Amino acid sequence: MSFVDRTARSFLLSELVSGLALTFRYLFKRKVTINYPHEKGPISPRFKGEHALRRYPNGEERCIACKLCEAICPAQAITIEAEPREDGSRRTTRYDIDMTKCIYCGLCEEACPVDAIVEGPNFEFSTETREELIYTKERLLANGDRWEAEISARLKADAPYR
Amino acid sequence: MDGFLGTPLGHFLFVVAAILSITVPVLLGVAYLTYAERKVLASIQLRQGPNVVGPFGLLQPIADAVKLLMKETVIPSGANRGLFLFAPMLTFSLALIAWAVIPFGPGLVLADINVGILYLFAISSLGVYGIIIAGWASNSKYAFLGALRSAAQMVSYEVSIGFVIITVLLCVGSLNLSRVVEAQANLWFIVPLFPMFVVFFISALAETNRAPFDLPEGESEIVAGFFVEYSSMAFAMFFLGEYANMILMSAMTTILFLGGWLPPAEIAPLTWIPGPVWFGLKIAFCLFIFLWVRATFPRYRYDQLMRLGWKVFLPVSLVWVVLTAGTLKVMGWLPTGA
Repeated sequence: MSFVDRTARSFLLSELVSGLALTFRYLFKRKVTINYPHEKGPISPRFKGEHALRRYPNGEERCIACKLCEAICPAQAITIEAEPREDGSRRTTRYDIDMTKCIYCGLCEEACPVDAIVEGPNFEFSTETREELIYTKERLLANGDRWEAEISARLKADAPYR
Repeated sequence: MDGFLGTPLGHFLFVVAAILSITVPVLLGVAYLTYAERKVLASIQLRQGPNVVGPFGLLQPIADAVKLLMKETVIPSGANRGLFLFAPMLTFSLALIAWAVIPFGPGLVLADINVGILYLFAISSLGVYGIIIAGWASNSKYAFLGALRSAAQMVSYEVSIGFVIITVLLCVGSLNLSRVVEAQANLWFIVPLFPMFVVFFISALAETNRAPFDLPEGESEIVAGFFVEYSSMAFAMFFLGEYANMILMSAMTTILFLGGWLPPAEIAPLTWIPGPVWFGLKIAFCLFIFLWVRATFPRYRYDQLMRLGWKVFLPVSLVWVVLTAGTLKVMGWLPTGA
């Protein structure tokens, strides 16, 4: 009996037709593709994107040159040089991140005692030369100024889970 | 006007114009078939498909064609130059000359010959030569394997296609394609000969090397099969030929089983639409099934392909030829012959 059943099924193409019916239903389903440059997917508050150096609201840079980020960086992408400023406070004279070395682990952000170095939401920072990926202190501070609103909102959103 | 058409030059120009009015739509159809294929596959896989070049990506086929034409034609150093360049031309021209006997409407046919279906069958069998020559002239093991696979596959499935055609011819009593369509005025052959329609359609998939029978191209094992060494125009001609063959096979399905240019029923709003439009719509429907099948089924293994051709389709179609002939004879329905 099972032979008859099997033969009938294969001659009536029942499995092929049910497969075709399935793909036909998918034909009218909503597409899942995001039209990337025009549409973007949601990003978590913990997203680790391009780095930025933040400032206090009064414009003073947060970084106190403790070099914890430099020490913890597993890729040794961060280079810091520091000396006391005229007013006696300790600040960096050089803060470079080699973005070609960075592995975007976020440990610098974890290590920072003053929330100065953070990884922001920006992931579209491709360049045409390698040199442009060696970020200087000015570049990082400019990033911080540019993304401050979003960075602080994201830090606030993630704070309860830290 | 009649006087001018009567002169040899006038007749020549008329024939050229008629040929152009067939080939240009066919080539445009090929271009937009590639677009339709990408869109249908994308929809089934929940993607969007081409949507950047022009509105809804409608200019994508043109962009692709321009890209192919700008490329360099690479001829491998070990290849047989003459044959290597001849093969794509053969495939392409064979795919086009078959259209000479296809009736687009009542009387709308370039060559109304009485052996139309035999001509179609012969031309589609010749198609295998383009592939074999390409595979051999490329002097590459992948191309050669692809060509051998393709030859064996096309020969196997032509047998059952032949029997299907014989069944239809028994019901028509004529080899003329226009007569075949007219014989379906009351009832399309898909109804009484449905199993033959299925056999024909699946064999058509195999004959045009389409998924799930696209072993000759088998990307995962022999790269691209017989045209792996081709680039630029030569590749474009294979591509055009292959897609023109798909349209041709759909046209054959339409003529043999779906009533050609006839509307589904002789009711007022349906009969207002002219025959060639119905013909085009039916071809488009068949082509959609081609694409739909490609999106649904995985590729056959080679022994399964051969088993299906020789051990399933051949006996089934043979039995149906005998059954049809017997029924026609016993019931006295045999056509008297036109």
